[in-house]
Amino acid sequence: MAHFDPNARPFSHKWLDERLAIDTLKRVLSTEYWIPKNINFLWAMGMILAATFGVLLISGIFLLMYYIPDTKLAFDSVNHTIMGEVGYGWLWRHMHGVAASVVFLIIYIHMFVGIYYGSYKRGRELIWLSGMLLFVSFSAEAFSGYMLPWGQMSYWAGMVITNLFSLGSLDLQGLVEWIRGDYVPGQAFLGRFFMLHVLLMPLIIMALIVLHFGTLRIPHVNNQDGEEIDFEAEAEKWKAGKRKESKVIPFNPVFLSKDVFVMGIYFIFYFYLVFYHFEFAMDPVNFDPADPLKTPPHIYPEWYFLWSYEILRPFPKDPGLLAFGFAQVIFFLLPFLDRSPNVAPASRRKPFRCWFWILLVDMIVLTIMGKVPPIGIYTTIGTIAAWVFILLWVALPFITKMEKPIRGAK
Amino acid sequence: MSDRRDFFGKALGAFAGLGALGALYAAKRTWDPLPSVKAAGYTTIDLSQAQENVLYTEMWRGKPIFVLKVPKKDKKAYDDPRLIKVGGEKFFIAIGLCTHLGCIPAYYPDQYKFICACHGGQFNAAGEVLKAPPPSPLVIPPFKVEGKKVVLGETSPEYEKLKEAGLVS
Amino acid sequence: MKELKILAVVVFFTLVTYWGVEPYAHSVMHKHVEFKNFKYEDLKPITAKGDPAKGQALAAACAGCHSIKAAKMPAPMDPVTASATYGVNPPDLSLAGKLLDAKYLAHFLKDPTHTALVAHKFKNKPYPMPPMATDDQSAADLVAYFKSIAPKEVTPKEAYEFACGRCHQMRYAKWTQIGEEPKTKPNIQTKMDEKKLEFEQKLAKYKDHLVKYMGKLPPDLSIIVRARSEEFLKTFVEDPQAQLPGTAMPRVGLNKEGYELVFKRLEEVGDPSKPKREAVGPWVLAYFFVFTILAYLWYKSQWKGLK
Repeated sequence: MAHFDPNARPFSHKWLDERLAIDTLKRVLSTEYWIPKNINFLWAMGMILAATFGVLLISGIFLLMYYIPDTKLAFDSVNHTIMGEVGYGWLWRHMHGVAASVVFLIIYIHMFVGIYYGSYKRGRELIWLSGMLLFVSFSAEAFSGYMLPWGQMSYWAGMVITNLFSLGSLDLQGLVEWIRGDYVPGQAFLGRFFMLHVLLMPLIIMALIVLHFGTLRIPHVNNQDGEEIDFEAEAEKWKAGKRKESKVIPFNPVFLSKDVFVMGIYFIFYFYLVFYHFEFAMDPVNFDPADPLKTPPHIYPEWYFLWSYEILRPFPKDPGLLAFGFAQVIFFLLPFLDRSPNVAPASRRKPFRCWFWILLVDMIVLTIMGKVPPIGIYTTIGTIAAWVFILLWVALPFITKMEKPIRGAK
Repeated sequence: MSDRRDFFGKALGAFAGLGALGALYAAKRTWDPLPSVKAAGYTTIDLSQAQENVLYTEMWRGKPIFVLKVPKKDKKAYDDPRLIKVGGEKFFIAIGLCTHLGCIPAYYPDQYKFICACHGGQFNAAGEVLKAPPPSPLVIPPFKVEGKKVVLGETSPEYEKLKEAGLVS
Repeated sequence: MKELKILAVVVFFTLVTYWGVEPYAHSVMHKHVEFKNFKYEDLKPITAKGDPAKGQALAAACAGCHSIKAAKMPAPMDPVTASATYGVNPPDLSLAGKLLDAKYLAHFLKDPTHTALVAHKFKNKPYPMPPMATDDQSAADLVAYFKSIAPKEVTPKEAYEFACGRCHQMRYAKWTQIGEEPKTKPNIQTKMDEKKLEFEQKLAKYKDHLVKYMGKLPPDLSIIVRARSEEFLKTFVEDPQAQLPGTAMPRVGLNKEGYELVFKRLEEVGDPSKPKREAVGPWVLAYFFVFTILAYLWYKSQWKGLK
């Protein structure tokens, strides 16, 4: 039964606590939210992602003030008005473009850290799934955003990717035209991708982030040894002052202090790119205004889509689409394809360790092959890498089933 | 010991606040009017063909501008010191927005007055208030006379004199 | 320490990916073209010593098509009429002596088509400009004359307008092939701007002639400095055929100084935030260095005695 002290001063701590339970919130979300002590700096990637999403949101807000979603005006609204006339417009544009690219570097690191340490098993399956949904949402957000400047790459990438929806031999031209709202990418196309990028996808992403945090709460954050920790017992040790013996630390201020330090280093790297080294994120091809009558000699997606794009390329039309579809979905199935009960770093799971490093190297090879023109030896390497990818996932249930249970998780 | 931790935490917090101020400054500058907007703030009006007692409406900085060659018959308006002399003639030039709530008053040449349809306010041919609710006369924008032309948006000694005498608004 | 090893692994794989996707892939996509420093080595040196006075007499013939403002010679026609006859508006020649390579200019006057590397486009029809110098001596005389009348100081804007402006628009700088866009005001009643429409009609006619002459409309160069690398731009201007074989763009014959002025203009218009970026960058990085140090101190104080 809620109790309200009539003598409490309005907006005082007591008054707010009676109405908003701020003390409970503080304990649950901050000072008594327990994180394992046995972690390394890779555990900060989640917070870095949240910070980068914040950067994208805020820089996006300023770009939104001056961007015009009209095919005749979009390019110049970005490259003339925002870059040349708006006070610090160039800064928001550079920050937004670089952050949109770097966020995927951090997403991939975050994902692969999760795979390495088995942070998708034993109660953490939904964390993994909600994270994968976030990956898909960020991909949609990035693609829709890239359409907006209406440069050559915006137009032709839009053309090529929407053409995928004809689904090969099914030849669903009607579906492709429905998605575009027109026969080719044009005003209707730009308008709907503007809507997706500015409103719908950000709302979905924010909801998924809340879900992602929610799925993390009960299983708690994993640790470097995959040890199953009794968080209540360890929390008692900490609260009793036995801080060295306790296996956990409070989120605020202990975990947060490490997070913020790693973030500082990240921001040095990030802003160095923003000011001095941004062409990887702002490709020169997109500084040519969209021209429906001229295809650039090289069309390629942004680097983070290349591995997936490359899986499509080596195969003929329909098998290629199947392989592409497989690649989009297969990561979701990881918690269910890994048949081993072991929650441990890959270094301690011999077959899985091989699997992990081969997958990582294979995805990098696919990424690079996705960028180079599909000729000669590059096609050969790409085909091999695509097959390795498929076979790795087919093999996963078998090699993990063979894993011996690891003794002594403590 | 916890004091040390608190101190570093507070120091970091303060430094982060400094950074936030920097970001806020950049954000403020993003809101500032664009240079092209500020540069478009000058309009030249050619008064050589203006007829007496005929209201001409121009545009300056997005606002309507009343240009009226004041009729000599309207003695009160004609002798008003806020009129502008251009090429030997006297002109009433002001922003055509009622000083009450911003509607555009209509000119009635037979009565030598502006009547605002929104709430019934009235101004004479020199922009002085004849009937409430407008609280003050129609505003004279910065101007510069150049022969038979007037440049709005640029100031001049004549404008400054009117301003100091409290006659521009 | 373990964390540094982990960081090294992460950095290694990131750099490998970056290398493959950026420098390596781009080297595969774009073949390397050697930059020759505007030496125009395919043209033989001209040894004749030019006499500006003789050159001035010869230059009178130029006035049939060209204006020479520095010598107070006006254009014989307006740009649109000129483009109907020649395809483009012949340039004013005041800056030719300063911005064009002397050897190039001499050869151009003797044989415009081959010097400008457009012979492939003019196999069956004559080049609009006929040879104006019969031998090395008269070519040298003309070059000496143009050198003598060229102004000492040239702004990047003037250099661009001379070297590129008759074919390439620059909408961000309000530059069109027939001159700067005039300041006009629409009729506030009809909302139509007659003066602007007249100008646009002239421009449309000019562009139509230009497209017929070139085969394609030369691109607007407002933001070309962000759309192509510095390396590409200088090798392209030096020898268009090396980067885009078969292109209709002539070799313009700029000397090093001329190109640098043109490039400066491209940067002014296409990358106007560059100075600000270079001014603000160090401060932001310095801020985050200090931020990281303070964060490190806080982190260390929080984790002391815990491990």
